[in-house]
Amino acid sequence: MTVVQQPQPVRGEQQGAGYRVVGTSPAHHDFVDKVKGSLHYAADWRLPGMLHGRVVRGQRPSARILSIDVTQASALPGVVAVITAADVPNNRIVELASGGLAELEVAMPVLATERVRYLGEPVALIAAVTQQIADEAAELVVVEYDDLPGVFDVHAALADGAPLVHEAGNTLVTWEIHSGDTTTALAASDVVVEGEYTSQHVEHAYLEPEAGVGWLENGVVTLRVSTQVIEHAATIAKILGLPASKVRVIAAYMGGGFGGKEDMTVEPYLALLAWHTRRPVRMIWDRQESLLASTKRHPFIMRYRTGARSDGTITAQQVEILGDAGAYPYLSPRVLFAGAALACGPYRVANVSVVARAIFTNNMPTSAFRGFGAMQVVFGYESQMDLIAELLGLSRTQVRECNFLAKGDLLPTGERLATRVEVRQSMHRALAMLGEPSTPSGRGKRVGRGIGCNRHPYGRTIWFRDRASAWLSLQADGTLLIRSGITDLGAGQAASLCQIAAEVLGVALDDISIYIGDSALNPPAGGTFATRQLFMSGNAVLNAARELRERIAPVAAELLGVPAGQLVFDDGRVWPGRTPGSGGATDSVSLTLAELAASCERRGVHTSHLSIWRAESGSFNPRTGQGDSFPDYTYGTHAADVEVDVETGQVTVLRYAACHDVGRAINPMRVEGQIQGGAMQGLGYALTEDLGIKDGYVQSTLFSSYLIPNSYDFPDVQTDIIESGEGKGPLGARGIGEPPIGNVAATIASAIQDAIGVRPTQLPMTPERVLAMLDEQSRAEAEDQA
Amino acid sequence: MTKRKVLLAVNGRGHEVWVTPSDSLLDILHDELGLAEVRYGCGEGVCGTCTVLLDGEPVNGCLMLAVQAEGHQVTTMLGLMGADGSMHPLQACFLRRGASQCGFCTPGMVLTAFDLVRRGRRPTREEIRYALIGSLCRCTGYTKIIDAIEEYAALAGSQGAPDGVTR
Repeated sequence: MTVVQQPQPVRGEQQGAGYRVVGTSPAHHDFVDKVKGSLHYAADWRLPGMLHGRVVRGQRPSARILSIDVTQASALPGVVAVITAADVPNNRIVELASGGLAELEVAMPVLATERVRYLGEPVALIAAVTQQIADEAAELVVVEYDDLPGVFDVHAALADGAPLVHEAGNTLVTWEIHSGDTTTALAASDVVVEGEYTSQHVEHAYLEPEAGVGWLENGVVTLRVSTQVIEHAATIAKILGLPASKVRVIAAYMGGGFGGKEDMTVEPYLALLAWHTRRPVRMIWDRQESLLASTKRHPFIMRYRTGARSDGTITAQQVEILGDAGAYPYLSPRVLFAGAALACGPYRVANVSVVARAIFTNNMPTSAFRGFGAMQVVFGYESQMDLIAELLGLSRTQVRECNFLAKGDLLPTGERLATRVEVRQSMHRALAMLGEPSTPSGRGKRVGRGIGCNRHPYGRTIWFRDRASAWLSLQADGTLLIRSGITDLGAGQAASLCQIAAEVLGVALDDISIYIGDSALNPPAGGTFATRQLFMSGNAVLNAARELRERIAPVAAELLGVPAGQLVFDDGRVWPGRTPGSGGATDSVSLTLAELAASCERRGVHTSHLSIWRAESGSFNPRTGQGDSFPDYTYGTHAADVEVDVETGQVTVLRYAACHDVGRAINPMRVEGQIQGGAMQGLGYALTEDLGIKDGYVQSTLFSSYLIPNSYDFPDVQTDIIESGEGKGPLGARGIGEPPIGNVAATIASAIQDAIGVRPTQLPMTPERVLAMLDEQSRAEAEDQA
Repeated sequence: MTKRKVLLAVNGRGHEVWVTPSDSLLDILHDELGLAEVRYGCGEGVCGTCTVLLDGEPVNGCLMLAVQAEGHQVTTMLGLMGADGSMHPLQACFLRRGASQCGFCTPGMVLTAFDLVRRGRRPTREEIRYALIGSLCRCTGYTKIIDAIEEYAALAGSQGAPDGVTR
């Protein structure tokens, strides 16, 4: 049973194209501080007597810990505390990321005790009076190991008799989604295309490393950190053995997160050090530590078998996904669910069989990263579409056209799509932006054009019964306060809420102050992840603003002598109506919001309001693979021209275009920014980024060897925005945070295939790999001729 | 480690600071002088978030020792701004063009771009891209940053020489 709760518009609010603030791109709020350099990030915080913290990390990927000797470290002058597992009140974190639906129950220690399971696992903590001393002391902690056999890829982990990463087993979770009869349908297909696609370990590489400051205040452990999720306060309290009310997490504006600050990073360590020393402690992970030991994107191995009729209609798809979860669960169960649920992309497939598993290895843990499983599979399903097109002699657009999902279609999970699907339009608009075909720049160069379509969920899985709250207060002087537990990654999460409130209440943006990200002082909003905050907190603020207006409107109506329904809130005032046809509020008599607030106060009408918005709720049955999965989806297409140098294997991106249906663009400039930034991050994933883990040891532990795109690597990303108005977010918006990273690898692979006639199947598509493909192609051609 | 006193000239003012020989210029500017817009991003001189101007030339604050900065003029982004805290026209372009998302790379970007445009001839889009290689951004995809710098370069070109560095 699905219960849908949609906010009801209030009469008098601007409708359709007539929005005043929504749909514009004001440069306001935190962005002013950012360009002035005056925003205080997590590391920009200092308290009297503040110590500096350091995590001591294990130096083996799989070993028994025989002893940890902290004598020398403790004796170093300036060291205030050295903490090991014995000092952690509750050293077991059990995450159960899918809510206990399907995964093994595996605990993660805060600090390792008997064994380490990945390179860089925390074994001890240091607090010292300077960072240099803390770093020096970390080197003096002596850990004696006894190496244990490890497993460093999913196949090894699944082999008979494989060493166990955890006693419970190496398979953390298995998701199955089946609909129709895939075996029969595949057998009856005119063509069947098979492919295996692999992806790599990728780092978020936010420019701001993990950081924060922790201190005690009135007996409350207070952490001001770079985090996407202040709700971790509850977990931190458990670790410390404290009541939940004794831990407060404040989220600073983040210097990027991309999912990498969705799990705890510095929090438990800061909390332990502050709790033990009773002094403020700052901890900043250095870049090399962040590369080595923070969570990563899951490498996927994806096997696809796709059946089609000769006209291009897909009849069946069988998908097997193996995700490398690394040494601990983190959010892997949810990531693999997203991969499974989205494995068929924006296409209607009647017979589907998906099995997706997260496998423990002795690699560093993988978890949330923009795209969250639903992005890896785009490389799989789009590759299959291009291969089918090639096999059947159809164009790539044709084969997609005849399979695109439409509103009302049934998904493999048994759900009906409730909103419009504008993926076809996005495909044509993306291709149109590229213009005429590119021409090769010289001999030995081949150009090609590619496309990649996707469907990406926004919002948490429905069985989590998600909710977000927001509190609004019209102040005595007519200005507005917003309080929300939302955290801000840099995408304008807080600023967008201001635009929505301004739209409904007619308060100038400059007259709105928003307080965010404080687990003690703000109503909970849930974390900023899963492309959920515009959807969730956007709706919470929209509802709060509408409900507040409904409450105070009768007072204004009485003073202005018109029915409440005719009132217009605009320009910091309430107007008795709108002159028909003028499009503006022109009545001469009006009330300032300050006057209205004063009148409300005299009448005992509250001018502050808390609103809790609940997403639809439902359930999912992991045994049948049927039930409610995601609230809704964002669709889009990317298109690119590339040039391949057949001598070197170098791929140069010549043009890049991206089009997504965002339902409604609350701030079009920020939407463009999300699309451009997502596409660029995707280009790194497609072509250059790889941590290159060998036997559990990370090869790229320097920022100079882990290659994220710079300004010179790729062309501008052209963007086009579709506004179907059918999203489930505020005013019909869809989320756009994660979706634009999904299409990129598939788009580039599609363009490379067009250029050289071979489909890349491994990411990243490095010159070495492209050369190997060309060599293989020449060999095959030579054999054919022989 | 033994500390010694150095005199640092930052944004046109002299500061006496006690530093250890291994303190980086970044450490001192961020932690001792409270110039939080000079930021640690990688410590390898790759990302550019700690960029400052040393006698007008962009350098990585993380790769330079504080003691090496003695006798030189150091300018952070604050040094480009008005005494009343008003934005430099280049910052206004960043704001207007949406060139800051998380904002962490912005000061390094602004100083690098300021130096590029100050050197005279109006840079092409390609030249802007090349100049920014040492300043990484993970949020914007660079397009809006380049737009902002292009706009500022046009503005600076039409109004004669852009504002000078505070010395």
